[in-house]
Amino acid sequence: MGNILVKQISKEFCNRRHVNRDNDHLCPHGDVIPVLNKIDLEIKEGEMACLLGPSGCGKSTLLRIIAGFDKQTSGSLTINGKAVDGPSSNNIFVFQHSGLLPWMTVWQNVELGLRHIKNPEGKNHVILEYIQMVELDGFEHHYPYQLSGGMQRRAELARALAVNPDILIMDEPFSGLDFLTHMKMREEVVNMHQFLEKTILMVTHDIDDALIMGDRVVVFSNRPSEIKVNRRLDFSHPRIFEKNPELQDIRDELFLMLGVSYGV
Amino acid sequence: MMPCAKPILTPLLSFIICILLWELTVRYSGWDKNIFPDPLTVLISMGELIRSGCLLKHTVASLFRVTAGFYLAAILGIPLGIFLGRNYTAALFFNPIINFLRPISPLAWIPLAMLWFGIGDQPAIFLIFLSSFFPIVVATTVAVQSINPTYFYVAANFDFNKYEVLSKIVIPAIIPSIVTSLRLTVTIAWIVVVAAEMIAVQSGLGYLILDSRNGLRMDYVMDAMIVIGLIGLFLDYIMRRLSNIESTVWATVER
Repeated sequence: MGNILVKQISKEFCNRRHVNRDNDHLCPHGDVIPVLNKIDLEIKEGEMACLLGPSGCGKSTLLRIIAGFDKQTSGSLTINGKAVDGPSSNNIFVFQHSGLLPWMTVWQNVELGLRHIKNPEGKNHVILEYIQMVELDGFEHHYPYQLSGGMQRRAELARALAVNPDILIMDEPFSGLDFLTHMKMREEVVNMHQFLEKTILMVTHDIDDALIMGDRVVVFSNRPSEIKVNRRLDFSHPRIFEKNPELQDIRDELFLMLGVSYGV
Repeated sequence: MMPCAKPILTPLLSFIICILLWELTVRYSGWDKNIFPDPLTVLISMGELIRSGCLLKHTVASLFRVTAGFYLAAILGIPLGIFLGRNYTAALFFNPIINFLRPISPLAWIPLAMLWFGIGDQPAIFLIFLSSFFPIVVATTVAVQSINPTYFYVAANFDFNKYEVLSKIVIPAIIPSIVTSLRLTVTIAWIVVVAAEMIAVQSGLGYLILDSRNGLRMDYVMDAMIVIGLIGLFLDYIMRRLSNIESTVWATVER
Protein backbone atom coordinates (compact mmCIF):
# COMPACT_ATOMS: atom_id res chain seq x y z
CA MET A 1 0.00 0.00 0.00
CA GLY A 2 1.31 3.41 -0.80
CA ASN A 3 -1.48 5.92 -0.82
CA ILE A 4 -0.32 9.43 0.01
CA LEU A 5 -2.88 12.01 1.02
CA VAL A 6 -1.78 15.62 1.53
CA LYS A 7 -4.49 17.89 2.92
CA GLN A 8 -4.12 21.65 3.25
CA ILE A 9 -0.44 21.43 4.09
CA SER A 10 1.35 24.71 4.70
CA LYS A 11 4.95 25.18 5.67
CA GLU A 12 6.68 28.26 6.95
CA PHE A 13 10.36 28.73 7.52
CA CYS A 14 11.99 31.10 9.90
CA ASN A 15 14.13 33.84 8.42
CA ARG A 16 16.83 33.87 11.06
CA ARG A 17 20.57 33.78 10.77
CA HIS A 18 21.04 31.41 13.68
CA VAL A 19 18.49 28.69 13.53
CA ASN A 20 18.33 26.76 16.73
CA ARG A 21 17.85 23.23 15.57
CA ASP A 22 15.98 22.29 18.74
CA ASN A 23 13.10 24.73 18.29
CA ASP A 24 12.76 24.97 14.58
CA HIS A 25 9.01 25.43 14.87
CA LEU A 26 9.33 28.51 17.04
CA CYS A 27 10.17 31.81 15.46
CA PRO A 28 10.67 34.42 18.16
CA HIS A 29 13.05 36.78 16.40
CA GLY A 30 12.54 36.89 12.70
CA ASP A 31 10.04 36.97 9.95
CA VAL A 32 8.26 33.98 8.61
CA ILE A 33 8.80 32.82 5.05
CA PRO A 34 5.77 30.96 3.78
CA VAL A 35 6.90 28.18 1.45
CA LEU A 36 3.92 25.93 0.93
CA ASN A 37 0.42 27.34 0.91
CA LYS A 38 -2.43 24.91 1.59
CA ILE A 39 -1.34 22.13 -0.68
CA ASP A 40 -3.87 19.42 -1.50
CA LEU A 41 -2.51 16.38 -3.27
CA GLU A 42 -3.44 12.76 -3.52
CA ILE A 43 -1.11 10.17 -4.94
CA LYS A 44 -2.66 6.78 -5.44
CA GLU A 45 -1.01 3.51 -4.83
CA GLY A 46 1.39 2.50 -7.57
CA GLU A 47 1.33 5.91 -9.18
CA MET A 48 4.43 7.72 -10.30
CA ALA A 49 3.97 11.42 -9.65
CA CYS A 50 6.42 13.98 -10.97
CA LEU A 51 6.61 17.33 -9.23
CA LEU A 52 7.66 20.31 -11.35
CA GLY A 53 8.08 23.91 -10.44
CA PRO A 54 10.40 26.89 -10.36
CA SER A 55 13.53 26.74 -8.30
CA GLY A 56 12.97 27.35 -4.59
CA CYS A 57 9.22 26.82 -4.74
CA GLY A 58 9.09 24.23 -2.00
CA LYS A 59 8.83 20.98 -4.00
CA SER A 60 11.69 19.46 -2.05
CA THR A 61 10.22 20.74 1.20
CA LEU A 62 7.02 18.87 0.45
CA LEU A 63 9.05 15.74 -0.27
CA ARG A 64 10.88 16.07 3.02
CA ILE A 65 7.60 16.48 4.88
CA ILE A 66 6.17 13.39 3.19
CA ALA A 67 9.35 11.48 4.06
CA GLY A 68 8.95 12.53 7.69
CA PHE A 69 12.23 14.49 7.79
CA ASP A 70 10.40 17.76 8.33
CA LYS A 71 7.11 18.78 9.91
CA GLN A 72 4.38 20.81 8.24
CA THR A 73 3.29 24.03 9.94
CA SER A 74 -0.34 23.16 9.41
CA GLY A 75 -2.44 20.66 7.54
CA SER A 76 -2.51 16.90 7.64
CA LEU A 77 -0.52 14.20 5.91
CA THR A 78 -1.51 10.58 5.87
CA ILE A 79 0.08 7.59 4.22
CA ASN A 80 -2.22 4.60 3.90
CA GLY A 81 -4.67 6.39 6.19
CA LYS A 82 -2.15 6.83 8.98
CA ALA A 83 -0.69 10.17 10.03
CA VAL A 84 3.04 10.49 9.37
CA ASP A 85 5.04 11.13 12.53
CA GLY A 86 8.57 10.56 11.33
CA PRO A 87 10.79 8.77 8.82
CA SER A 88 10.10 5.13 8.14
CA SER A 89 11.59 2.41 5.99
CA ASN A 90 8.22 2.15 4.27
CA ASN A 91 9.03 5.29 2.32
CA ILE A 92 12.63 5.54 1.25
CA PHE A 93 14.16 8.84 0.21
CA VAL A 94 16.64 8.89 -2.66
CA PHE A 95 18.84 11.94 -2.21
CA GLN A 96 19.76 14.56 -4.78
CA HIS A 97 23.44 14.34 -3.92
CA SER A 98 24.63 10.90 -3.12
CA GLY A 99 23.07 9.56 0.05
CA LEU A 100 25.30 6.50 -0.03
CA LEU A 101 27.42 6.21 3.08
CA PRO A 102 30.92 6.83 1.68
CA TRP A 103 32.66 4.63 4.26
CA MET A 104 30.66 1.58 3.19
CA THR A 105 30.93 -0.52 0.06
CA VAL A 106 28.01 -0.92 -2.31
CA TRP A 107 27.28 -4.25 -0.62
CA GLN A 108 27.27 -2.73 2.88
CA ASN A 109 25.10 0.15 1.72
CA VAL A 110 22.50 -2.17 0.24
CA GLU A 111 22.65 -4.21 3.44
CA LEU A 112 21.59 -1.17 5.53
CA GLY A 113 17.89 -1.77 5.17
CA LEU A 114 18.15 -5.53 5.56
CA ARG A 115 19.59 -5.65 9.06
CA HIS A 116 16.47 -7.37 10.35
CA ILE A 117 17.08 -10.48 8.22
CA LYS A 118 18.72 -12.97 10.54
CA ASN A 119 19.53 -15.72 8.06
CA PRO A 120 22.83 -14.61 6.44
CA GLU A 121 22.32 -16.73 3.35
CA GLY A 122 18.90 -15.28 2.67
CA LYS A 123 20.23 -11.80 3.26
CA ASN A 124 23.16 -12.23 0.87
CA HIS A 125 20.73 -13.52 -1.71
CA VAL A 126 18.53 -10.43 -1.46
CA ILE A 127 21.53 -8.07 -1.56
CA LEU A 128 22.92 -9.74 -4.64
CA GLU A 129 19.52 -9.76 -6.32
CA TYR A 130 19.15 -5.99 -6.02
CA ILE A 131 22.75 -5.30 -6.96
CA GLN A 132 22.20 -7.37 -10.09
CA MET A 133 18.94 -5.60 -10.77
CA VAL A 134 20.77 -2.27 -11.10
CA GLU A 135 23.57 -4.00 -13.02
CA LEU A 136 26.26 -3.34 -10.48
CA ASP A 137 27.44 -6.94 -10.14
CA GLY A 138 31.20 -6.91 -10.04
CA PHE A 139 31.16 -3.64 -8.10
CA GLU A 140 29.74 -5.01 -4.84
CA HIS A 141 32.90 -4.33 -2.92
CA HIS A 142 33.68 -0.94 -4.40
CA TYR A 143 33.31 2.19 -2.36
CA PRO A 144 31.04 4.96 -3.66
CA TYR A 145 33.99 7.18 -4.57
CA GLN A 146 35.21 4.42 -6.88
CA LEU A 147 31.97 4.55 -8.89
CA SER A 148 30.77 6.96 -11.55
CA GLY A 149 27.88 9.33 -10.82
CA GLY A 150 25.36 7.12 -12.60
CA MET A 151 26.56 4.00 -10.81
CA GLN A 152 26.23 5.78 -7.47
CA ARG A 153 22.60 6.65 -8.23
CA ARG A 154 21.93 3.06 -9.24
CA ALA A 155 23.52 1.77 -6.05
CA GLU A 156 21.33 4.10 -4.04
CA LEU A 157 18.31 2.88 -5.96
CA ALA A 158 19.27 -0.71 -5.16
CA ARG A 159 19.60 0.18 -1.50
CA ALA A 160 16.18 1.81 -1.51
CA LEU A 161 14.46 -1.03 -3.38
CA ALA A 162 16.05 -3.76 -1.26
CA VAL A 163 13.94 -2.69 1.74
CA ASN A 164 10.87 -3.27 -0.42
CA PRO A 165 9.22 0.03 0.55
CA ASP A 166 5.74 0.96 -0.61
CA ILE A 167 6.89 4.42 -1.55
CA LEU A 168 10.00 5.75 -3.19
CA ILE A 169 10.71 9.47 -2.81
CA MET A 170 13.26 10.86 -5.25
CA ASP A 171 14.62 14.39 -5.08
CA GLU A 172 16.00 15.24 -8.51
CA PRO A 173 17.52 11.80 -8.93
CA PHE A 174 19.12 12.64 -12.27
CA SER A 175 20.71 15.97 -11.45
CA GLY A 176 24.39 16.15 -12.26
CA LEU A 177 24.36 13.19 -14.61
CA ASP A 178 25.55 13.49 -18.17
CA PHE A 179 22.93 13.38 -20.92
CA LEU A 180 23.34 9.72 -21.91
CA THR A 181 23.41 8.46 -18.32
CA HIS A 182 20.34 10.60 -17.64
CA MET A 183 18.45 9.00 -20.53
CA LYS A 184 19.47 5.53 -19.45
CA MET A 185 18.54 6.08 -15.81
CA ARG A 186 15.18 7.46 -16.89
CA GLU A 187 14.47 4.31 -18.81
CA GLU A 188 15.60 2.13 -15.92
CA VAL A 189 13.38 3.92 -13.43
CA VAL A 190 10.36 3.59 -15.74
CA ASN A 191 11.08 -0.12 -16.22
CA MET A 192 11.53 -0.56 -12.51
CA HIS A 193 8.25 1.24 -11.88
CA GLN A 194 6.33 -0.92 -14.36
CA PHE A 195 7.90 -4.04 -12.90
CA LEU A 196 7.60 -3.32 -9.17
CA GLU A 197 4.56 -1.00 -9.25
CA LYS A 198 5.73 1.12 -6.35
CA THR A 199 4.34 4.52 -5.55
CA ILE A 200 7.00 6.97 -6.70
CA LEU A 201 7.19 10.64 -5.89
CA MET A 202 9.81 12.47 -7.88
CA VAL A 203 10.88 16.08 -7.91
CA THR A 204 12.47 17.17 -11.15
CA HIS A 205 13.42 20.30 -13.02
CA ASP A 206 13.09 18.55 -16.31
CA ILE A 207 9.70 18.91 -17.97
CA ASP A 208 10.49 16.07 -20.38
CA ASP A 209 11.37 13.75 -17.49
CA ALA A 210 8.03 14.47 -15.90
CA LEU A 211 6.04 13.90 -19.07
CA ILE A 212 7.89 10.80 -20.21
CA MET A 213 8.05 9.09 -16.84
CA GLY A 214 5.08 10.22 -14.80
CA ASP A 215 1.60 8.81 -14.38
CA ARG A 216 0.79 12.20 -12.92
CA VAL A 217 2.40 15.57 -13.32
CA VAL A 218 2.05 18.23 -10.64
CA VAL A 219 3.19 21.79 -11.28
CA PHE A 220 3.90 24.18 -8.42
CA SER A 221 3.73 27.97 -8.58
CA ASN A 222 6.30 30.36 -7.17
CA ARG A 223 6.69 30.66 -3.41
CA PRO A 224 4.44 30.53 -1.40
CA SER A 225 3.55 27.74 -3.72
CA GLU A 226 0.24 26.36 -4.71
CA ILE A 227 -0.51 23.61 -7.17
CA LYS A 228 -1.15 25.06 -10.61
CA VAL A 229 -1.57 21.83 -12.53
CA ASN A 230 -2.37 18.35 -11.32
CA ARG A 231 -2.89 16.08 -14.24
CA ARG A 232 -3.03 12.34 -14.88
CA LEU A 233 -0.92 11.15 -17.83
CA ASP A 234 -2.44 7.98 -19.21
CA PHE A 235 -0.12 7.42 -22.14
CA SER A 236 1.47 4.10 -22.91
CA HIS A 237 5.23 3.67 -22.93
CA PRO A 238 7.46 4.28 -24.78
CA ARG A 239 6.35 7.87 -24.95
CA ILE A 240 7.65 9.86 -27.87
CA PHE A 241 6.68 13.49 -28.25
CA GLU A 242 6.84 13.44 -32.05
CA LYS A 243 4.37 10.56 -32.29
CA ASN A 244 2.01 11.78 -29.64
CA PRO A 245 0.47 15.18 -30.39
CA GLU A 246 -1.50 15.29 -27.15
CA LEU A 247 1.64 14.81 -25.07
CA GLN A 248 3.35 17.43 -27.19
CA ASP A 249 0.51 19.86 -26.46
CA ILE A 250 0.87 19.31 -22.72
CA ARG A 251 4.58 19.89 -23.07
CA ASP A 252 4.04 23.20 -24.88
CA GLU A 253 1.57 24.20 -22.22
CA LEU A 254 3.97 23.42 -19.37
CA PHE A 255 6.85 25.24 -21.01
CA LEU A 256 4.61 28.27 -21.41
CA MET A 257 3.40 28.01 -17.84
CA LEU A 258 6.90 27.85 -16.42
CA GLY A 259 7.83 30.83 -18.53
CA VAL A 260 10.47 29.31 -20.76
CA SER A 261 10.61 28.30 -24.36
CA TYR A 262 12.46 25.31 -25.73
CA GLY A 263 12.83 26.67 -29.23
CA VAL A 264 15.74 29.06 -28.98
CA MET B 1 66.12 19.44 -9.16
CA MET B 2 66.32 15.98 -10.59
CA PRO B 3 62.81 15.16 -11.71
CA CYS B 4 63.07 11.42 -11.10
CA ALA B 5 64.91 11.55 -7.78
CA LYS B 6 63.70 8.78 -5.52
CA PRO B 7 61.50 10.01 -2.65
CA ILE B 8 64.08 8.71 -0.19
CA LEU B 9 67.08 10.41 -1.78
CA THR B 10 65.86 14.01 -1.66
CA PRO B 11 65.06 14.02 2.10
CA LEU B 12 68.41 12.32 2.74
CA LEU B 13 70.16 15.01 0.73
CA SER B 14 68.60 17.75 2.85
CA PHE B 15 69.93 16.06 6.00
CA ILE B 16 73.40 15.74 4.51
CA ILE B 17 73.45 19.42 3.58
CA CYS B 18 72.38 20.37 7.10
CA ILE B 19 75.14 18.28 8.67
CA LEU B 20 77.64 19.83 6.27
CA LEU B 21 76.53 23.35 7.20
CA TRP B 22 76.77 22.38 10.86
CA GLU B 23 80.34 21.14 10.41
CA LEU B 24 81.34 24.28 8.51
CA THR B 25 79.76 26.56 11.10
CA VAL B 26 81.62 24.84 13.94
CA ARG B 27 84.90 24.89 12.03
CA TYR B 28 84.87 28.55 10.96
CA SER B 29 82.83 30.26 13.70
CA GLY B 30 85.61 29.98 16.23
CA TRP B 31 83.28 28.66 18.92
CA ASP B 32 84.74 26.32 21.46
CA LYS B 33 83.90 22.68 20.74
CA ASN B 34 82.62 22.31 24.28
CA ILE B 35 80.02 24.95 23.56
CA PHE B 36 79.14 23.94 20.02
CA PRO B 37 80.28 20.38 19.34
CA ASP B 38 80.87 19.24 15.78
CA PRO B 39 78.97 16.35 14.12
CA LEU B 40 81.72 13.81 14.66
CA THR B 41 82.02 14.48 18.40
CA VAL B 42 78.27 14.22 18.72
CA LEU B 43 78.31 10.95 16.83
CA ILE B 44 81.03 9.50 19.04
CA SER B 45 79.27 10.51 22.25
CA MET B 46 76.06 9.07 20.81
CA GLY B 47 77.93 5.76 20.65
CA GLU B 48 78.92 6.17 24.30
CA LEU B 49 75.34 6.84 25.33
CA ILE B 50 74.07 3.85 23.38
CA ARG B 51 76.73 1.52 24.77
CA SER B 52 76.10 2.54 28.37
CA GLY B 53 72.37 1.85 27.87
CA CYS B 54 71.67 5.35 29.11
CA LEU B 55 70.04 6.55 25.90
CA LEU B 56 67.72 3.54 25.65
CA LYS B 57 66.64 3.91 29.26
CA HIS B 58 65.74 7.59 28.86
CA THR B 59 64.07 7.07 25.49
CA VAL B 60 61.89 4.27 26.83
CA ALA B 61 60.96 6.42 29.84
CA SER B 62 59.87 9.30 27.58
CA LEU B 63 58.01 7.08 25.16
CA PHE B 64 56.19 5.39 28.01
CA ARG B 65 54.96 8.72 29.36
CA VAL B 66 53.87 9.99 25.99
CA THR B 67 52.05 6.76 25.22
CA ALA B 68 50.28 6.69 28.58
CA GLY B 69 49.26 10.35 28.55
CA PHE B 70 48.31 10.31 24.88
CA TYR B 71 46.20 7.15 25.13
CA LEU B 72 44.48 8.47 28.23
CA ALA B 73 43.67 11.70 26.41
CA ALA B 74 42.35 9.84 23.37
CA ILE B 75 40.30 7.35 25.41
CA LEU B 76 38.61 10.12 27.38
CA GLY B 77 38.71 12.89 24.77
CA ILE B 78 37.14 11.12 21.78
CA PRO B 79 33.99 9.95 23.64
CA LEU B 80 33.60 13.37 25.25
CA GLY B 81 34.00 15.02 21.84
CA ILE B 82 31.36 12.73 20.32
CA PHE B 83 29.01 13.51 23.19
CA LEU B 84 29.51 17.26 22.81
CA GLY B 85 29.14 17.05 19.05
CA ARG B 86 25.80 15.27 19.35
CA ASN B 87 24.40 17.20 22.29
CA TYR B 88 23.80 20.88 21.66
CA THR B 89 23.06 21.80 25.29
CA ALA B 90 26.05 19.91 26.65
CA ALA B 91 28.27 21.67 24.12
CA LEU B 92 26.92 25.05 25.28
CA PHE B 93 27.70 24.04 28.84
CA PHE B 94 31.19 22.58 28.35
CA ASN B 95 32.64 24.61 25.49
CA PRO B 96 33.40 27.74 27.53
CA ILE B 97 35.33 25.69 30.11
CA ILE B 98 37.22 23.78 27.44
CA ASN B 99 38.09 26.93 25.51
CA PHE B 100 39.17 28.61 28.73
CA LEU B 101 41.50 25.77 29.75
CA ARG B 102 42.78 25.04 26.25
CA PRO B 103 45.09 28.05 25.78
CA ILE B 104 46.73 27.55 29.19
CA SER B 105 50.06 25.94 28.39
CA PRO B 106 50.48 22.50 29.96
CA LEU B 107 53.79 23.82 31.30
CA ALA B 108 51.89 26.29 33.47
CA TRP B 109 50.47 23.29 35.28
CA ILE B 110 53.92 22.02 36.29
CA PRO B 111 53.94 23.47 39.83
CA LEU B 112 50.48 22.11 40.57
CA ALA B 113 51.22 18.78 38.94
CA MET B 114 54.33 18.34 41.08
CA LEU B 115 52.45 19.18 44.26
CA TRP B 116 49.57 16.88 43.40
CA PHE B 117 51.48 13.91 42.04
CA GLY B 118 55.00 14.32 43.44
CA ILE B 119 58.07 13.47 41.39
CA GLY B 120 57.88 10.61 38.92
CA ASP B 121 55.87 9.42 35.96
CA GLN B 122 52.53 10.69 37.15
CA PRO B 123 53.00 14.46 36.83
CA ALA B 124 54.61 14.01 33.39
CA ILE B 125 51.76 11.80 32.22
CA PHE B 126 49.30 14.34 33.59
CA LEU B 127 50.95 17.16 31.64
CA ILE B 128 50.96 15.15 28.42
CA PHE B 129 47.35 14.28 29.02
CA LEU B 130 46.53 17.98 29.34
CA SER B 131 48.42 18.84 26.19
CA SER B 132 46.55 16.24 24.11
CA PHE B 133 43.14 16.12 25.73
CA PHE B 134 41.76 19.51 24.70
CA PRO B 135 42.87 19.41 21.06
CA ILE B 136 41.37 15.92 20.72
CA VAL B 137 38.07 16.97 22.31
CA VAL B 138 37.75 20.06 20.13
CA ALA B 139 38.70 18.22 16.93
CA THR B 140 36.23 15.41 17.67
CA THR B 141 33.41 17.82 18.49
CA VAL B 142 33.95 19.74 15.28
CA ALA B 143 34.20 16.51 13.28
CA VAL B 144 30.89 15.26 14.65
CA GLN B 145 29.17 18.58 14.09
CA SER B 146 30.29 18.71 10.49
CA ILE B 147 28.97 15.29 9.48
CA ASN B 148 26.78 15.71 6.40
CA PRO B 149 23.19 15.81 7.76
CA THR B 150 22.08 13.64 4.85
CA TYR B 151 23.65 10.65 6.58
CA PHE B 152 21.45 11.17 9.64
CA TYR B 153 18.39 11.30 7.39
CA VAL B 154 19.53 8.04 5.81
CA ALA B 155 19.86 6.58 9.31
CA ALA B 156 16.37 7.71 10.28
CA ASN B 157 14.98 6.44 6.99
CA PHE B 158 16.37 2.96 7.60
CA ASP B 159 15.12 2.89 11.19
CA PHE B 160 18.54 3.01 12.89
CA ASN B 161 18.50 2.99 16.67
CA LYS B 162 20.80 5.24 18.71
CA TYR B 163 23.54 2.64 18.92
CA GLU B 164 23.47 2.06 15.16
CA VAL B 165 23.63 5.80 14.48
CA LEU B 166 26.79 5.88 16.59
CA SER B 167 28.46 2.78 15.19
CA LYS B 168 27.41 3.04 11.54
CA ILE B 169 27.29 6.82 11.00
CA VAL B 170 29.06 8.94 13.62
CA ILE B 171 32.18 6.88 14.29
CA PRO B 172 33.02 5.92 10.69
CA ALA B 173 32.31 9.49 9.57
CA ILE B 174 34.74 11.06 12.03
CA ILE B 175 37.58 8.51 11.81
CA PRO B 176 39.48 10.49 9.13
CA SER B 177 39.35 13.74 11.14
CA ILE B 178 40.30 11.86 14.31
CA VAL B 179 43.35 10.38 12.63
CA THR B 180 44.45 13.83 11.46
CA SER B 181 43.93 15.31 14.90
CA LEU B 182 45.84 12.46 16.56
CA ARG B 183 48.68 13.04 14.14
CA LEU B 184 48.90 16.70 15.10
CA THR B 185 48.40 16.00 18.79
CA VAL B 186 51.06 13.33 19.16
CA THR B 187 53.61 15.90 18.05
CA ILE B 188 52.43 18.33 20.72
CA ALA B 189 52.59 15.57 23.32
CA TRP B 190 56.13 14.76 22.27
CA ILE B 191 57.14 18.42 22.61
CA VAL B 192 55.57 18.64 26.06
CA VAL B 193 57.15 15.46 27.43
CA VAL B 194 60.63 16.88 27.03
CA ALA B 195 59.69 20.08 28.82
CA ALA B 196 57.91 18.18 31.58
CA GLU B 197 60.88 15.90 32.14
CA MET B 198 63.19 18.84 32.70
CA ILE B 199 61.34 19.63 35.89
CA ALA B 200 59.12 16.91 37.19
CA VAL B 201 61.14 13.70 36.87
CA GLN B 202 64.58 12.10 37.10
CA SER B 203 64.56 10.24 33.79
CA GLY B 204 63.60 10.67 30.17
CA LEU B 205 65.17 12.56 27.28
CA GLY B 206 64.25 15.92 28.80
CA TYR B 207 66.04 14.94 31.97
CA LEU B 208 69.03 13.77 29.92
CA ILE B 209 69.27 17.22 28.37
CA LEU B 210 69.03 18.96 31.72
CA ASP B 211 71.51 16.60 33.37
CA SER B 212 74.00 16.94 30.50
CA ARG B 213 73.77 20.70 30.70
CA ASN B 214 74.59 20.55 34.39
CA GLY B 215 77.62 18.46 33.48
CA LEU B 216 78.43 20.88 30.64
CA ARG B 217 78.27 18.06 28.08
CA MET B 218 76.79 19.84 25.07
CA ASP B 219 77.49 16.80 22.91
CA TYR B 220 75.05 14.77 25.05
CA VAL B 221 72.53 17.60 24.84
CA MET B 222 72.70 17.46 21.06
CA ASP B 223 72.46 13.66 21.09
CA ALA B 224 69.24 13.89 23.06
CA MET B 225 67.92 16.52 20.63
CA ILE B 226 68.71 14.29 17.67
CA VAL B 227 66.94 11.33 19.23
CA ILE B 228 63.92 13.50 20.04
CA GLY B 229 63.79 14.65 16.43
CA LEU B 230 64.14 11.14 15.06
CA ILE B 231 61.40 9.79 17.30
CA GLY B 232 59.16 12.71 16.37
CA LEU B 233 59.74 11.82 12.74
CA PHE B 234 58.92 8.20 13.49
CA LEU B 235 55.71 9.03 15.41
CA ASP B 236 54.53 11.22 12.55
CA TYR B 237 55.31 8.44 10.09
CA ILE B 238 53.20 5.97 12.05
CA MET B 239 50.29 8.40 12.24
CA ARG B 240 50.58 9.12 8.55
CA ARG B 241 50.40 5.43 7.82
CA LEU B 242 47.14 5.38 9.81
CA SER B 243 45.59 7.79 7.34
CA ASN B 244 46.11 5.26 4.57
CA ILE B 245 44.01 2.53 6.18
CA GLU B 246 40.83 1.54 4.42
CA SER B 247 38.40 3.26 6.79
CA THR B 248 39.92 6.69 6.16
CA VAL B 249 40.73 6.57 2.47
CA TRP B 250 37.20 7.54 1.39
CA ALA B 251 37.63 10.96 2.96
CA THR B 252 40.78 11.84 1.08
CA VAL B 253 39.43 10.78 -2.30
CA GLU B 254 35.85 11.92 -2.04
CA ARG B 255 34.60 15.14 -3.68
